Amino acid sequence: MSFLGVHNAIERNTGLLIFGILFVASIGGLVQVLPTVLQDSLAEPTDKVVPYTPLELAGRDLYIRESCSTCHSQQVRPLLAEVRRYGPYSRAGEFAYDRPFLWGSKRTGPDLHRLAGKYTDAWHRLHMTDPRSVVPASIMPSYPWLAERPANDGSIVARMRALERLGTPYTDAEIEAAPAALEGKTELDALIAYLQMLGRFANDVADEHTGH
Amino acid sequence: MSDAARAPYEDRIVTAFTAFAVLWAIVGMAVGVYVAAELVWPQLGFEQPWLSYGRLRTLHTTAVIFGFGVCALIGTSFYSVQRTSHARLFSPKLAWFVFYGWQILVVLGAISLLAGWTGGKEYAELEWPFDIAIAVLWISYGVVFFGTIARRTMAPIYISNWFYGALIIVIAMLHVVNNLEMPATLGKSYSMFPGAQDAIVQWWYGHNAVGFLLTGGFLGMLYYFLPKQAEQPIWSYRLSIVAFWAFVYSYIWAGPHHLHYNAIPEWVQSLGVVMSIVLLAPSWATMINGVMTVSNAWQKLRTDPALKFIVLALAFYGLATFEGPMMAIRSVNVMSHFTEWTIGHVHSGALGWNALITFGTFYFLVPRLAGRPLHSTALANAHFWLALAGTMLYIVSMWAAGLSQSLLWLSLDEVGEVQYSFVDVMRSMQPYYLLRLLGGLLFLTGAVLMAVNLYRTFAGVVTVTVRPPEPAALPSPASAA
Repeated sequence: MSFLGVHNAIERNTGLLIFGILFVASIGGLVQVLPTVLQDSLAEPTDKVVPYTPLELAGRDLYIRESCSTCHSQQVRPLLAEVRRYGPYSRAGEFAYDRPFLWGSKRTGPDLHRLAGKYTDAWHRLHMTDPRSVVPASIMPSYPWLAERPANDGSIVARMRALERLGTPYTDAEIEAAPAALEGKTELDALIAYLQMLGRFANDVADEHTGH
Repeated sequence: MSDAARAPYEDRIVTAFTAFAVLWAIVGMAVGVYVAAELVWPQLGFEQPWLSYGRLRTLHTTAVIFGFGVCALIGTSFYSVQRTSHARLFSPKLAWFVFYGWQILVVLGAISLLAGWTGGKEYAELEWPFDIAIAVLWISYGVVFFGTIARRTMAPIYISNWFYGALIIVIAMLHVVNNLEMPATLGKSYSMFPGAQDAIVQWWYGHNAVGFLLTGGFLGMLYYFLPKQAEQPIWSYRLSIVAFWAFVYSYIWAGPHHLHYNAIPEWVQSLGVVMSIVLLAPSWATMINGVMTVSNAWQKLRTDPALKFIVLALAFYGLATFEGPMMAIRSVNVMSHFTEWTIGHVHSGALGWNALITFGTFYFLVPRLAGRPLHSTALANAHFWLALAGTMLYIVSMWAAGLSQSLLWLSLDEVGEVQYSFVDVMRSMQPYYLLRLLGGLLFLTGAVLMAVNLYRTFAGVVTVTVRPPEPAALPSPASAA
């Protein structure tokens, strides 16, 4: 059958056309995406990487709520200038408990994956409430509402349970104690707790890779 | 032939989708202009959560893609599938369910984004209740579309329907897989995939949402409305077959070029590069097919604003699909990734290709739906120049910004330390941001002129009733093939 002959059959049969498109479009996903989704080593936490504490998790969820990742990446590329600017480059194992991933695609502001410890909590407090009070040229929005709202919106247990169902190793005791851990904390406290742990394991990971 | 198929075309729904596409275009672009202004004057957030950049930027992309883009695609596909099948829309009731459902989805989705409900994955931000609604509405759309093809009264399925068909099938697959998530509360869920795997799945989705919605879907629009408007048959039927299957096959592999030098396996990145380069072939095959189709009708460009828009869109399509594979090469990507260049590239596609071809199509479509000529050709010509100027200003400023940004970020001094602080580089972006804002404003102004023009064209009339042609009037299968 000629090339046009074969196609003649496909373009005259609705079912064949649907099946043909589905089949041809699936090949790439099956060969390229499926193996990586099944590759355990990509989802395995590096030794020192541990699940987020309730306060950090609440902070991470706020980072998502405010769509911080539209302007800030969390992915240091293995390029000399980036390692010099931000710190050790990012490894897959560091993201094992990240659902969703927050690598971002745009740096309107700087990368945050090695932010831990670079600034004090007090600096972050000022910066989140009024960025231009500490960085005059900043174009970041002000987030004054974070300091006014409690970190515990009543859903932390449900959220940790959902993550547990997906495989994050939270114990029942940890989950039950979560509301108490958020007691008296504001959203700003939670967000800062998250920002201050971003990349905390960077040096441990780097050491493992270089054998130190 | 059934009586249902012989009934007049269901065109009122095309009018409805067109009207809402124009509405969402203006809303989405206005929000885009607002967030562009926030990057120049951050005080415009007024310390309100729902006016802050993060939430509004998400609303911008969602409104233009899901509001404007999808409404334009569904509306034009309903128009062309009936005419290329010589049959009335299958189940108009289901089609109207898709229409109302989709508008409610866009409105409630927009509110939820402003309230801070987001899954956090780009272009798939809407939370799980909306994901389910999208899946239901999308499958209903597929039933109406393929149901209409199944009751066609001629043997071949026309090319535009292959592209619209690929849009429906592949987007359904991508949407379902990428949004596999565990709900925690009504407004919060967690991705089923962790970290690096989530990134790979997301960009398989993200790249192909661009591929099959913003490229494939709009190619369906091109393959029907370009020959119609030029009054010329498609230049090469054989080329369109090759281009179609090569497009469906190769697009899906290219996603990992969004993750160069990120923490994913290198073979996945390399495969992404190779297939991105391969993509040049089907992309340009279609562009050449389109240009050759117009080649006997260039004189119409002087008088016909609709064709002008469509041909310019074709040029931007060629530009964007050349730029994309170049940016997928790792050594180029080092320069473009994380910079404004990405934003420029997206908008050469979104403004130059998607929006312009839709505008051209609407200038063709609305006079036919209204049964009378366009209210003002002069206004449409003014829109054309505003759109072209706006797009050029936007993408040229973002190219310059992106290149400057990466050169400054990556430059090291003589002792190997970074030469420029991040804040200094950020501050140097202000002139570019201002130019981009101006470009966006020009483009938005043009879109408002179009809305007025189309409204005046349609005001006071109802959608014209058109019946499928009598079977005797059909060309025989031999001549159609």
